[in-house]
Amino acid sequence: MAQLQLVKCTINGEYRETMVDVRASLTDMLRNDYSLTSVKKGCEVGECGACTVLIDGEAFNSCIYLAIWADGKNIRTLESLMGPDGALSDIQQAFIDETAVQCGFCIPGFIVTTAEILETGKEYTRDELRKLLSGHLCRCTGYENILNAVEKVMKQRLGKA
Amino acid sequence: MYDLKALYEATSVANAIELLTAHPEAKLIAGGSDVLVQMREGRLAGKELVSIFKLDELRGVSTDADGTLRILPLTSFSHITRDPLIQEHINVLGEAVDMVGGPQIRNIGTIGGNTCNGVTSADSAATLHAYDAIMEITGAQGVRQLPIREFYVSAGKVALSHEELLTAILIPKKAYEGYKGHYIKYAMRNAMDIATLTCSVNVKLSADKKTIEDVRVAYGVAGPVPMRTPSAGAAAKGKPVSAQTIEAFGEAAKLDVNPRTSWRATKDFRLHLVGELAKRGLREAIKLNGGEA
Amino acid sequence: MSVGKSVKRIDAFDKVTGRAKYTDDLCPKNALIAKVFRSTVAHGVVKSVDVSAAEKIPGVIKIVTCFDVPDIKFPTAGHPWSTDPHHQDVADRKLLNTHVRYYGDDVAAVIAENDIAATQAVRAIKAEYEELPFVLDPLEAMKEGAPQLHEDQGFKNNVLAHSQSGYGDYEEAIKTPGLTVVEGWYHTPIVQHCHIENHLCYAYEEGHKMVVVSSTQIPHIVRRIVGQALGRDWGSVRLIKPYIGGGFGNKQDALYEPLCAYLSTQVGGRLVKLEMTREETFVSSRVRHAITYHITTHVKPDGTFVAQRMEGFSNQGAYASHGHGIVAKGASAFSQLYKSELATKADVYTVYTNTPTSGAMRGYGIPQVSFAIESHVDNIAKKLNLDPIAIREKNIMPVGFVDGFSKNENYYPSHLQCIEKAKAYIGWDEKKKQYANETGPVRHGMGMAIFWYNTAVWPISLESSSCRMVLNQDGSVQIQLAETEIGQGADTAFAQMASETLGIPLEKVYVVSAQDTDITPFGTGAYASRQTYVGGFSVKQTALALKERILKQAQEQTRMAPFNLDIIDGKIVRTTDGRVLMSLEELATEALYSLTHSEHLTAETTYQIKTNAYTFGCTFAEVEVDIPLCKAKLLNIVNVHDCGTLINPALAQAQVHGGMSMAIGFGMSEQLLFDEKTGRPLNNNLLDYKLSTIMDHPHLEGEFVENPEPTSAYGTKALGEPPACSGAPAIRNAILDATGVAIDQCPINPHVLFASFKEAGLL
Repeated sequence: MAQLQLVKCTINGEYRETMVDVRASLTDMLRNDYSLTSVKKGCEVGECGACTVLIDGEAFNSCIYLAIWADGKNIRTLESLMGPDGALSDIQQAFIDETAVQCGFCIPGFIVTTAEILETGKEYTRDELRKLLSGHLCRCTGYENILNAVEKVMKQRLGKA
Repeated sequence: MYDLKALYEATSVANAIELLTAHPEAKLIAGGSDVLVQMREGRLAGKELVSIFKLDELRGVSTDADGTLRILPLTSFSHITRDPLIQEHINVLGEAVDMVGGPQIRNIGTIGGNTCNGVTSADSAATLHAYDAIMEITGAQGVRQLPIREFYVSAGKVALSHEELLTAILIPKKAYEGYKGHYIKYAMRNAMDIATLTCSVNVKLSADKKTIEDVRVAYGVAGPVPMRTPSAGAAAKGKPVSAQTIEAFGEAAKLDVNPRTSWRATKDFRLHLVGELAKRGLREAIKLNGGEA
Repeated sequence: MSVGKSVKRIDAFDKVTGRAKYTDDLCPKNALIAKVFRSTVAHGVVKSVDVSAAEKIPGVIKIVTCFDVPDIKFPTAGHPWSTDPHHQDVADRKLLNTHVRYYGDDVAAVIAENDIAATQAVRAIKAEYEELPFVLDPLEAMKEGAPQLHEDQGFKNNVLAHSQSGYGDYEEAIKTPGLTVVEGWYHTPIVQHCHIENHLCYAYEEGHKMVVVSSTQIPHIVRRIVGQALGRDWGSVRLIKPYIGGGFGNKQDALYEPLCAYLSTQVGGRLVKLEMTREETFVSSRVRHAITYHITTHVKPDGTFVAQRMEGFSNQGAYASHGHGIVAKGASAFSQLYKSELATKADVYTVYTNTPTSGAMRGYGIPQVSFAIESHVDNIAKKLNLDPIAIREKNIMPVGFVDGFSKNENYYPSHLQCIEKAKAYIGWDEKKKQYANETGPVRHGMGMAIFWYNTAVWPISLESSSCRMVLNQDGSVQIQLAETEIGQGADTAFAQMASETLGIPLEKVYVVSAQDTDITPFGTGAYASRQTYVGGFSVKQTALALKERILKQAQEQTRMAPFNLDIIDGKIVRTTDGRVLMSLEELATEALYSLTHSEHLTAETTYQIKTNAYTFGCTFAEVEVDIPLCKAKLLNIVNVHDCGTLINPALAQAQVHGGMSMAIGFGMSEQLLFDEKTGRPLNNNLLDYKLSTIMDHPHLEGEFVENPEPTSAYGTKALGEPPACSGAPAIRNAILDATGVAIDQCPINPHVLFASFKEAGLL
C-alpha cells in the first residue's frame, strides 16, 4: 500500500494541503496534484533544470526533491509570476522581447531561476549571470538571448537600463 | 515517483540512529541529490529510506571555543559558499563547493552527503583533505572523531557503520590559521560536470613572503579515494618561493598518486594533469598569500 | 506589411507563462503507463522472455514480447511516402524485435497502472539470448566475415546502400603533371539531439480511430507509419501534435508512436502513455550518423583544385531510419561546394552496425562532411603555405553554376559576401597578424569554414504544402498548415506571410499551432529546413485565393470592380483613389450573416514545389589554446548566412545562435561513447554527455547577407539547419592555426588535445 502523508505548504501564495504519496517527487505533486504544468520533466535527475521551482526563495530541481519535504515550505513556480490582473512580470516580458523563447520547454525553469537571481537586488557581470544560470540546459537558443533577457531586466530593476 | 519501500523522517540525531538501528536495510538520505538518483537508476530501488533532511540542527557553520571550525553536515553547498566564517578562514572550501553541478544542485546538495558517499571526485574532498579535516561521527555509543584520511576507506566506502551519522566536519584552528588555498576542478564543462581531476593546494608563507613555510596538496580522482601527496609537500616545504620550487612540487606530486584509466580519462592524461594542476594551484595559493609566483 | 520585421513570436506569451501545453501536460492522469524492456546485448537472438515474475507485480496489466507482435516490418524515416516501391524507405524492424541489433533494442513492453509498477516489471523480466558477435564501426562491418545485421533482407556485408557521384574522369585528371596530392581521413562522432523534452506519446481508441498524441515534427507522416506498422488503414489513425520541446530531426522519425498505439490495442483501446527517459532517448531514439571520410585532392601549386576524390563511410547503426540520404547529401556538398577543374569522384556507403539507429539530425550529413571538407582544405592550405581564405575563393562554386540534378542555381556570390562580413566582425586580418608568432604555452588562433546547403527535398522526394485559411466575422483569419512549430518560429513566420499577402494586421492572424491529422490539411512537417520556403508557397497561394474571394464578396457589397479593390491594413480600399470603402470586419460579418447571399469565406490550396534553393554561409572562430592544460577556449565566434530575405530578423538570428551552439558541442565536447567489449552505451545521460552549458559559450554572433531567392514565394530559403554546419571545422581550423596541430577528428576535447599535443611533441 502506498504510504501517504499530509503535506501543508504555500504554493504560489496560497496555503494548500493534500495527502501525498511519500514516493512522489515535488515535480509529481506540482504537476499531478496542482496542475502546475510549467514544471517540466527533462531528465528527472537534476541535470537539465526544466523542473526548477523556488522553495523559500531558493531554486531547486523539484525532480530530486521529495514532495513530503515541501511540508511547511513556500513554493513558487512560473505560474506565480503573472500578476493577478494578468500582467506579465518584467522577466517574462523581457524573455518575449529579447526572442529568448524557442521551443519553450526549458523556459519556465530559466525564468524561475531568474526570479531568484534578481530578487537579490545585486548587479552581476555577464559571466556571473552565466554561472547563476548554469543549472539549466537549453538546446534551442545557445543561451544568448536568454542571457540578454536576464541582463536587461537586471539593469532595468537597478535603474541602469 | 520513486520506487522506495518506506520513508522514515528522523526527528533528531538520536532518532535517526534509532531508525537506522530498527531498519538495518534502510539507506540514509540527506539532500537526496545522490540517493534519489540512484534509486531511480535502480541501484537503490525498493529500499527503505531514513531521512535526516528535516534536521535543521545539522545545518550551519560555527566556531568552537578553541577556534575549531565546525561545519554541520546538512549545510548546503551554497550556504557554505556564502558563510562568513568559511569566507574568512577557509574560503577555498567555499570556492570548491561552488563548482559542484549547478546552482540548484548546490542548494540541495550537502557537504555531509558529498563526503559520506565516498566518491573520489567530490568537490569538497580534496580541500577537506588538504586542511586535515576531522570527521565527527555520532552513534548509539556516543561521538567519535576520525581524521578524514581514515574516513575514506575505498571507492564509495567510508568509515561509518550503518547505525552512525556524520554530525560535523571540523577544521582545527592550526590547520587553517595562516593558510590560504586554491582549488582547481578540471572537467570537460565549466558547469554541471563531474571532475576529471581535482586539486587543492594551500600554503603558509614566511613573513617576508619569500619562503614556503608549509604547503599541503590533495587530489580527487588521482586514485580510488581522495588523497594527500606528501612527496609534493616535502619538495616545497621550507623552500624559497620560486619557479624551481613550483616545478619540483608538480613533479613530486606525481610520485604519490595512482590514477586509473577509465572511459572518462586515461591514466596518462590524469597523471599529466596531476603535475600541471599542482603547479598552477601552488602558484595561485602563493599569490593569495601575498607572494609573487 | 509584416514580412521582414522582427515581430514578437506569436507563441511566446503562452510559453513564458506556462500556458503552452506539451504532450505530457495534456495527457490525462489516469493513463496506463508503458515501458520498454530492452536488450542487454549488442547483438543476438532472443530465445525466450520470462515475464512470470513481472506479471505478478501489483498494477501490471499486460506484457507483450517480441514473440507476440504482428509479423510486419515497417520503415520509420520521416520522409514523404513514395508510390514507387524503389524509392520507399527500408522496412527492417518490427514493433519489438527477436533479432536484437543494439544494446537497448526493444524486446518487450509492459503496460501497468503506474510508473513504479511498470518500472519494477521491466526490472523483473528476464530474457535469454543467443549472443552474436557485434560490430560498432562501419569500416569493420563492411569486411568479409563481419557480423551480419540485415542479411535476410539482402544487405550483404551490412551495406545498406552505396552510391557514386561526381563529374569528369578522375583517373585521367590525376595524371595532370605538377600536382601536389593531399590526402586525409576525417572522423565525426555519434552525437544526440538532446531536445529538452524527451520523446513521448499517448494513444487511445475513440470514434473507431486510433488516436495518438505525440511529441513529433511530422504528424501526417507518423500517421501513415502507425497505419503501416499496425496493418491498419491509414485513415483510421489520427495523429495530434501539440507544442513540442524541441526536435532537431530526432522527432522526424516514427519513434514510439507505433508501439504505443499497438499497446493501446492490446488493452482494449485504453489510454496508454509511453514516455522515454533521458537515458533511453540517448540510445533508443535516433542519433546523428558518425561518418568517416577519406579525401584526396590533387592541387596545383597556386591552390587550384584539379581533381578530388572522396570516400565516405556512414554509421547507420541498427536500423535503416533515414539511411543513405545523409551521406549522399554530403556527397552533393563535396562535388558542389568547390569545383575542381577536371573531376570529382565520390563513393559513399551507409553501413549497418550494432550501435543506436542514426536518423535525421540538424544538418542532415552536412555538419559531418563540412568537418571533413573544411579540415581538408585547411590542411591543403597549410601544405602549400597558402592563405585559407584565398584557397577557398579560388575554388568555390562560381556564380551562375547550375546543378544538373536539382536545377539549383548559384545566383549570387553569397559565400564571398558572407566571408567579408565575418572577417570584418572578428577582425581576421589584424588578429592573424597578432597571433602569427606565438610560441608560449598559451597560443591563439583564427579559423574559418564555409558550408553548402540546399532547401527542402525536391527533387529527391515530394515537396508539397497545403494551407487552409478561414475568415472570421471580425476580419481576423485562422490559418492551418501541416508544417509544424517545433521551436524554430514557423508559426510566427507563417502569420507574418499571411498578414503580408492578405493585407491584414498581424494580430488579426491566428495560427492553429497544433496539428491534428483529422483536421489539418495534408503536409509533411518540419525537416530539411523546408518550412519557410515550402510553407511560403502554400501560404501565399492560399492567401491570394482567400483574397480573391474576399474581393469578390467586396464587389457584391460595394458594386466596385474587384480589380480596383485591395485589402490594406484590414480594410477594403478602392485603389483608384485610395478611399476606404469598408473594414474587413464589416465585410466578413455581412458575408456570413447576409440573408441574400451568405458565404463562409475560406480558402484551402495545395502547392507542389518543384524548385530548390542553395543556401550558404560561414563560421569564423577565434580560440585560445592552453597547451599544458590541454584546453581550447573559444573566445569569439560568428556565423554569417545568406538565407535570402529574412522573414523575421530577430527570429532568424535566434535560430543561428542555436545552430552555432550545436556546432560548438559537435566540434568540442559532444560524443556518445560505447563499451568496446559489450557495446553498452557509457554516457547516455546529461551529466556524462557533454552538452554545452551557458558557461561553455562565448558571445554568439549571427549576421546575414540578404540576397532575395528568386524562386521563393517571399524571397526566403533554408535557415533551420545551416547554422549547425560550419562551426566545428572553423574551431578545428582555429586550433590548427594556434598550435600547428591538425586534428582530423571531432569532438576536439581535452582528451584528444592531450593525445595530439603529445604526438606533436608539444607536451
